[in-house]
Amino acid sequence: MPNKQASKKPIDKGIVAGHNGIESHFISHGKHTYSINAMKILKRLIHITVVATKGMEKGQVVLGCLAPHPPHLVYAENPEQNEPFSEGGWETLRWGYNRLARKLKKIDYDVMVIFTPHWATYIGTHFLGLPKFKSLSVDPIFPNIFRYKYDLTVDVQLAQEMHKSASEAGIITKMMTNPDFRIDYGTITSCHMLNPEWDKPIITISSNRNTHYYSGEVMNEQATALGEACLKAIEKSGKKVVLVSSHSLSHRHFVTESPLPEDMSREHIYNHSQYVWDMKMINMMREGKMKEVIDIMPEYTEQTIAETEAGGLTWMMAAMGLPNYPAEIYGYQSVIGTGNAVVAWDPNSQTREIVL
Amino acid sequence: MDSDRDVLFGIYCPPHPQPLLAPELNNGYKNLRNAYDKLRDRIQSSGADIILIYSTTWPSIVGHQIQAHPEPEWIHVDDDFHYLGSMPYKFNIDSDFAHAYRDAAESRGLHSRTVAYDGFPIDTGSVVALSLLNPDNKIPACIVSSNMYSNRSETMVLGKAARDALSKQGKKAVIVVVASLSNRMFTEHIDPKNDKIHSSKDDEWNKKILEFFKDGRLEDLSQLSRDIHGQIRIQKVAAYKPVWWMAATMGQHNNYQGEILAYEPLHGSGGAVIQLTPSNESVGDKEFDEDDVEYYHGDRNVLDRGNL
Repeated sequence: MPNKQASKKPIDKGIVAGHNGIESHFISHGKHTYSINAMKILKRLIHITVVATKGMEKGQVVLGCLAPHPPHLVYAENPEQNEPFSEGGWETLRWGYNRLARKLKKIDYDVMVIFTPHWATYIGTHFLGLPKFKSLSVDPIFPNIFRYKYDLTVDVQLAQEMHKSASEAGIITKMMTNPDFRIDYGTITSCHMLNPEWDKPIITISSNRNTHYYSGEVMNEQATALGEACLKAIEKSGKKVVLVSSHSLSHRHFVTESPLPEDMSREHIYNHSQYVWDMKMINMMREGKMKEVIDIMPEYTEQTIAETEAGGLTWMMAAMGLPNYPAEIYGYQSVIGTGNAVVAWDPNSQTREIVL
Repeated sequence: MDSDRDVLFGIYCPPHPQPLLAPELNNGYKNLRNAYDKLRDRIQSSGADIILIYSTTWPSIVGHQIQAHPEPEWIHVDDDFHYLGSMPYKFNIDSDFAHAYRDAAESRGLHSRTVAYDGFPIDTGSVVALSLLNPDNKIPACIVSSNMYSNRSETMVLGKAARDALSKQGKKAVIVVVASLSNRMFTEHIDPKNDKIHSSKDDEWNKKILEFFKDGRLEDLSQLSRDIHGQIRIQKVAAYKPVWWMAATMGQHNNYQGEILAYEPLHGSGGAVIQLTPSNESVGDKEFDEDDVEYYHGDRNVLDRGNL
């Protein structure tokens, strides 16, 4: 079994049949044809191009979503893309997600831009830079519940514009153009829960680990600069964009797992202090105090080892101009001890709702 | 079997992909590659039954995960260094040992499980180490994760469980710890020709650690682990654990023959390829200031008790 002679890419094997030999749900296509979703997206991109040639309107952020990515949520939904089978679980979060996904169906948007902690980069911020990614994602932490076959499309043009804008702002950046690159499970979970049809292109932005290397304060500054740079690129593109900050709030996990992961009798927050901090943050979101949320982000992150340390929420709020209107709260629940909230910020006061 | 001889020798090596994918970019990367190649030959002539890897780039949360897929196969791409190329692999894993290691860990109170899934993402550090040290898969291997919350006692017990499993199966092992010394990389892209250790402080600490390794003072390094973590490690996890695991697995003493085969910068971090071989000579032991631990009792629920 020489390593150097892996003549056949296992990536192919992983898509056709998983660990248990389950056949792919994907519609069989010729080697050089596109999936139905890809055709829809292509038509949409052509439409955008036509509109652009007639006179481009300024692009805008039409919705911002805090979208936690415990793979448990996809596992509990039992989509055909995910191999393991569950008996459900975490309904408070999933039903909240389902409602937000229904809202998204009514919103006109061109692309979903996701900032993910599970593509962790230490040398700058990286952007997905190829139009198609199709493979199998196995969660390194919870492989027993997440083995998901994905087939997604990337808006490379906007990714390149964001990369250029961020670079011009002095941010270290890199386009990721290796076709063997595997998409992280954070991106997949958040996108699946928000848009299970996968009928819109996405852009994934890596999380540069400024909190680890420097401090929560430096993270806030860098992520703010990145958010502002991304907004410039969005405005220039003429596109309507949904931003997604993919992460939990408090982020202390239990280090053991029940025999049945979806056994809800075992699920609760890791400790009360995490809960109190999470509620503090959610109440401020509900009251439209996002500047204050970002201001206390370093302390909150340190106190609860929150996944906000990756910079996603700061990035999204900066790109949305630090909203001072109430956030839509769709649900809060713990997953293996961590605190998770599904939240949205709708800039359109006509469609903004009080959900919970 | 003398349990001290279950481990033929230990290796400490860095997780970065440059020595595998791009040794030509920098003389230092080439030196590291040559060191891997030298150890590859030594492993193959060692009579080892298994190569056991502890990788700091495989973090786990739910206890300690142990790779048990007999032939994991994939094309791996690093999150940061994706532009250097892809890493196709197909490894030969000793599933029987993986299960024995899990059982031994559980017998010592640890939460542990094996993983055997097609497409499971084996980490960069393990892929680099196995691809370079065992390129033809002549010797079966096993990989154990590094739990991101675990601290000294849990890591020591995990190392002792590895010894238990080796003894029980009567296997002779080469153990491999995949970790940087100082792990602060440059946060910008650099010309590899200009690579250097991120700071003089990191370089000086690295060289002091290398002195200990060269003298075979593994247990002393284990005792210094918390200081090393505070001085030259990015605070990504709770503690600098690889030396704890290595010491516990190799016998918790200072009687080793150390050899530094290479020490070079890897995008600013300290990359060293080191061999430690058990011997009968010792430079003498420090007075150890932390308790030895045989069994892991889990969290002490200090917070809950405080509420009583």
